[in-house]
Amino acid sequence: MMRLVGRRLVQAVPLLLVVSLLLFTVLHLVPGGPLSAYLENPNVRPEDIARLRVSMGLDRPLPVQYLSWLAAFVQGDWGYSYADGRPVMDRLVERVPASLELIGAAVVAALLAAVPAGVYAAVKPRVDRITGIAAVAGISLPVFWFALLLQLGFAGLLGWLPSSGRSGFGDRGLADRLSHLVLPATVLAAALASAWSRYLRRAMRETMGAPFIGAARARGVSERGLLWHHALFNALPVFTTVVLLDVSMLASGAVVTESIFAWPGVGSLFVDSLARRDYAVLMAFLMCGSVAVVTLTLVADALVLWLDPRTREAA
Amino acid sequence: MTQPRISQSRAALLAIAVLVAAAILAPFIAPYAADALDLANRRGAPSMAHPFGTDELGRDLLTRVLFGARVSLAIGLISALVSVLIGLCVGAIAGAAGGWIDELLMRATDAMLCIPRLPLLMMLAATVQPSVPMLVLLVGLVSWMETARAVRADVQSIRQRDYIAAARAVGASAPRIVARHVIPGVLPVVAVASTLAVGRGILLESALSFFGVGVQPPTPSWGNMLYQAQTTMTSEPWLAVFPGLMIFLTVLACNAIGDSVGRTRSR
Repeated sequence: MMRLVGRRLVQAVPLLLVVSLLLFTVLHLVPGGPLSAYLENPNVRPEDIARLRVSMGLDRPLPVQYLSWLAAFVQGDWGYSYADGRPVMDRLVERVPASLELIGAAVVAALLAAVPAGVYAAVKPRVDRITGIAAVAGISLPVFWFALLLQLGFAGLLGWLPSSGRSGFGDRGLADRLSHLVLPATVLAAALASAWSRYLRRAMRETMGAPFIGAARARGVSERGLLWHHALFNALPVFTTVVLLDVSMLASGAVVTESIFAWPGVGSLFVDSLARRDYAVLMAFLMCGSVAVVTLTLVADALVLWLDPRTREAA
Repeated sequence: MTQPRISQSRAALLAIAVLVAAAILAPFIAPYAADALDLANRRGAPSMAHPFGTDELGRDLLTRVLFGARVSLAIGLISALVSVLIGLCVGAIAGAAGGWIDELLMRATDAMLCIPRLPLLMMLAATVQPSVPMLVLLVGLVSWMETARAVRADVQSIRQRDYIAAARAVGASAPRIVARHVIPGVLPVVAVASTLAVGRGILLESALSFFGVGVQPPTPSWGNMLYQAQTTMTSEPWLAVFPGLMIFLTVLACNAIGDSVGRTRSR
């Protein structure tokens, strides 16, 4: 098993190299490239641009630039933010806890909704009908609109919950902390739960048709036991993969939600940097997002190998 | 269970047809001219004269939603076409060629799938400051990967079929086999991918416009109408409710169609 995981790990390196090459190319092929924020500023003279180009090394051949950028990136030198001149890594790292808190809350909420919905949908047609409709609706819901509606309803009209922000540590207690979390976590959880409940339903349906379920039923295992123990545990490896992959997307996909609710995570940092064309931050964000996806894919693969012995034999 | 599925996709198809017709006919069916101002009636709540209300310049929101539909639907449809075409080409070439070409194309696809889609698109849009056609291209360029993967898998399984061997035996050239036997075989997959891509295209456009890096005012799109409505959400909620509702319903219809096409196929 360790050898299989090791092999995947080795495959991840060239993948990340391709990602870095793509991102670098994208940034440098667009008109203006990393300097476009300055090009539009009427106070910056052409000779200043030329000087910046030389000092930032942008006059060197592209392959050289790529290699030096990559070398610096791997060593943790992600450049400095235009916005406040601080190292990009510091700015990103200080935002991570808030993002993790939001993602964690959303994932827990989504699992609490998706697991029962997916399990019962697999065996009860009526539940299937209702959760099916809810899931298609949940997937189609534009995140920013849903977020605005929740803000309007629960913060604006009802006034039950704060409309944005995150309370600081400890100073106003747990209730305040949770009340800030409710709306943004709901927005993220709705989309996750919709997709997950359908995946789980499909996996459960396939498992419930398997011969071993019939055998267990013949031995007198209760329907409840069949569903929640025998079938669910067998559907788990596939489901775990889906959950981890979606979470890896969330690591950067919470951009919209964080920005609307002014949640001080990495996503809102990205949106702020976007307006300033703070390319060092944007590039680091995209690279970290990709690394998160690759890493969690690896974790998912390893988990499935561990959870499901059949996959070990197949590989 | 078959009956409700068919009626579900029919209802969704009908909804899309009505939307597209309304978008095309917008200049004729809109209650007001595209840029008509009703200065006496600015920030008006929905009423008989203005069913969706009016914005801060006194423009009729229903009219703007109808004209916005032209932009949003066009971007959704054409970007889906772009993404499906790219996906079809990449997937078909990878699946048919095999070997290092397959390896190269699929690793590029994997890499593209790793990069967070919306943030990448936002960075591109912020840098390029795209016109509407450019925006369509950008949206298409970041959403072809799922199609490519599905098409490749299909092509690989079709390659093993006997009728391909038969066509080869009678001397059909490789391009001819791909065009006449392989492409028709992958059409169901492409159909599902296309409907889902339309919905995703509309969502991506509206998300970009919502952050002010997509379609620029005064051209109305559902996304930039929401962007403008954001600040006055509590005092004039209708400005945000209706454009968002249109995005939701359109994407819902696309996903419902994709869902039922996909299920019909797997049955």
